[in-house]
Amino acid sequence: MSFINYMAREINCKLVYYGPGLCGKTTNLQYIYERTNPEAKGKMISLATETERTLFFDFLPLSLGEIRGFKTRFHLYTVPGQVFYDASRKLILKGVDGVVFCADSQIERTEANLESVENLRTNLAEQGYSLDKLPFVVQYNKRDLPNVASVEELRQMLNPTNVPDFEAVARTGVGVFDTLKSVAKLVLTELKKGGQG
Amino acid sequence: MVNPQMVMYEEEFNQIQTVVDRMVRDANAKVVFIVDKNGQLISAAGDIDNVDTTSLASLTAGNIAATGGMAKLLKENEFATQFHEGEKANIHIQLVGNRVILVVIFDSRSSLGLVRLRVKKASEELNHIFETLLKKVQEPGADSPFAEITDEDIDNLFND
Repeated sequence: MSFINYMAREINCKLVYYGPGLCGKTTNLQYIYERTNPEAKGKMISLATETERTLFFDFLPLSLGEIRGFKTRFHLYTVPGQVFYDASRKLILKGVDGVVFCADSQIERTEANLESVENLRTNLAEQGYSLDKLPFVVQYNKRDLPNVASVEELRQMLNPTNVPDFEAVARTGVGVFDTLKSVAKLVLTELKKGGQG
Repeated sequence: MVNPQMVMYEEEFNQIQTVVDRMVRDANAKVVFIVDKNGQLISAAGDIDNVDTTSLASLTAGNIAATGGMAKLLKENEFATQFHEGEKANIHIQLVGNRVILVVIFDSRSSLGLVRLRVKKASEELNHIFETLLKKVQEPGADSPFAEITDEDIDNLFND
């Protein structure tokens, strides 16, 4: 749910990175943080365990530029991917404007990917959202590993509705900004449609 | 349920800012800020130059969301009030109208009793302002900055 501040001339939107444990959600944000100019980003907050597994969320505020005199700011969040953190995932999804589903391309993570996208669909529905109507993109991460499923297989399983999807290696940054730009664009386009009635 | 879009107009922003500015004085607070439940900072006053209000806003909303989740499991309504005592600074968090969060950071120059008193009064004022705002946003014909945005405007934002 976006926040439009006429006084400050700002449009604020919330993006959530979702996916199974260790798929690369936090890595995506870390790469974005490292590669963004200081003027365009705030501090990255990570609420994590001692072993650096996300415990509650990561948060990164970004400014993407101006549109018709309004500064566009995106708040990027990740959810904790481990299965038993479902209660926390539901909370982080509140007020979401756009979702990135980060899939782990490794063949042995197929089941985890499927469970996670189903979990996303369920948790969104509980809050009155439909994944089919929300700005949504899919990222096939870890394409550099040797034991990965083909993009066609992953697409068939995880992207049956053919939303924009991207191959990525979040560790080195491949596909990270393409994914972000795509979902941000979808969010703004959706807001534009809403504004025009 | 999905909430309607949050819009802040100049008139209501000024009213909210007045409430927040007054709270800093009346409660002898270091910082007062208001956060949307989704983590968006709405307004801030006080010694904000030394405080990362964006991060605090997100963490406060996460805190309220987490304790709200706990309350639900205990079949309680929200835990609308929280107080955290530090060595030098304290933080009082109040859920207002189930929509926004009023946060007061104070030190030994103030007291919990004074802060709670001022928060109670400010909450009533803020409730009224946000109710008016919600009605304004839901009115048909309410302006949207997106009405005139073109596809080209959006594309230009992402051109390197």
